Amino acid sequence: MSVDRFTGGLPAGAPAPGTSFTDLLRSLDLAPQWKAGGGEGSVLAPEGTTVLALRYADGVVMVGDRQATEGHLVAHRRIQKVFQADGYSAVAISGTAGLAIEMVRLFQTELEHYEKLEGARLSLEGKATYLARMVRAQLPMVFQGLVVVPLFAGFDEATQEGRLYTFDVVGGRYEEQDFGATGSGGRDAKSYLRGAYAEGLAESAALEVGLRALVSASEEDTATGGPDVQRGIFPNVVTVTAAGFREIPEEQVASISATAMESIR
Amino acid sequence: MSMPFYVPPEQLVKDRAEYAKKGIARGRSIVAMEYAEGVLLLAENPSRTLYKISEIYDRIAFAGVGKYNEFEALRVAGIRHADLKGYMYGRPDVAAKGLANAFSQTLGNIFTHEIKPYEVEILVAELGINGEGNRLFKVTYDGTLSEERGFCAIGGQADLLTSTLAEGYAGPASLAATVHMVAAAFAQVEQREIDGWEAAVLDSAGKRRTFRRLTQEEIVSALEG
Repeated sequence: MSVDRFTGGLPAGAPAPGTSFTDLLRSLDLAPQWKAGGGEGSVLAPEGTTVLALRYADGVVMVGDRQATEGHLVAHRRIQKVFQADGYSAVAISGTAGLAIEMVRLFQTELEHYEKLEGARLSLEGKATYLARMVRAQLPMVFQGLVVVPLFAGFDEATQEGRLYTFDVVGGRYEEQDFGATGSGGRDAKSYLRGAYAEGLAESAALEVGLRALVSASEEDTATGGPDVQRGIFPNVVTVTAAGFREIPEEQVASISATAMESIR
Repeated sequence: MSMPFYVPPEQLVKDRAEYAKKGIARGRSIVAMEYAEGVLLLAENPSRTLYKISEIYDRIAFAGVGKYNEFEALRVAGIRHADLKGYMYGRPDVAAKGLANAFSQTLGNIFTHEIKPYEVEILVAELGINGEGNRLFKVTYDGTLSEERGFCAIGGQADLLTSTLAEGYAGPASLAATVHMVAAAFAQVEQREIDGWEAAVLDSAGKRRTFRRLTQEEIVSALEG
């Protein structure tokens, strides 16, 4: 009888899980299996569309639309795609929503687990590397058409600046200097940002640019849901600064969205 | 064939208990006390990095006295237990009672089955919702689990601290006053210079994760104020 017993009963001889929560799940045979069944073909599941992030004077801002599509259909109108990863970082998702949301949940638990066991947070780069590994572990699913591509941004406590990372389906991790976007409308968002972005924007300007980029993506890409005034559905907008993660209140997003929609034709 | 010596179970338990108590008596004590906005945990600790108080989950804190490697193993097991439960079900499903029970079962089993009992005492504190239902659990080396009201002390001087605190305790006060009161009790009981403080709170102003360590400046200003 050892103390490991009350984690649910680690089998004798199982490797000690160390500081990783996923390793703990694996040692108990509870880890999510990122493997689709054998055979050809693809699965149709709701997909998240456009998310983007940009750096500004105080840190980073991250914006995500709320729509999930399944083929040509609208699957959900108000899903959440931008999440708090920990106190100083945020993660947004595009691709197969069901898998992506589970991945985010595991990622959040993983960061918190490490922080509690070690008494210190992972470095921002460490978090991004870990997320890249999680994306790479998904690779077998990609061949069934189940793709998850996150976007990661946070405030680097060591260098005191906002940083952001984009990923590809095989788990490639790329640090972006100014802005990044992913999802079906990601290209349109990026082409708007390419023109509108300026270095060292103030927070209000950064929020405006981010929302305008999302609105312009929603104009070009049918899968991306812009601000929905009629139903009162607005994008998720968050910032991460030296003060930590902060969600921008819906009323503020609504008023910025209104001006963004007027100015984009 | 050699016959093992017969040791009556009373004697066995007594020997083990004495051994564990001796180890714990060497350790410095920890006190948890409710205050107006949460729960304070205060320990005498000369180290700034080897903590005795730690976060387990959103509203749950852990404190351990005795042998470092033993209570550290229990702390890690506690965090695993909590994170696993929160991930498999939901965050509100992680409660201090279940955790204290797991500690109690584990320590009880170690006490009777292992060659040597753990020389530790564990304190599990939980912050209630809207200032109600704060919980303080104490688990001793043999797995005895008890729930305390208002405040709770563990460690070598636990009994003396408890009786000293009981004289002055009159319900939740401000954080600074609570730090001051507990520190004064430590000074009175230990009869010597206190060798550095470690303090943390479960603060109801905190959003999701309510655990927060107090900085040395905060502790000093509370002690002087």
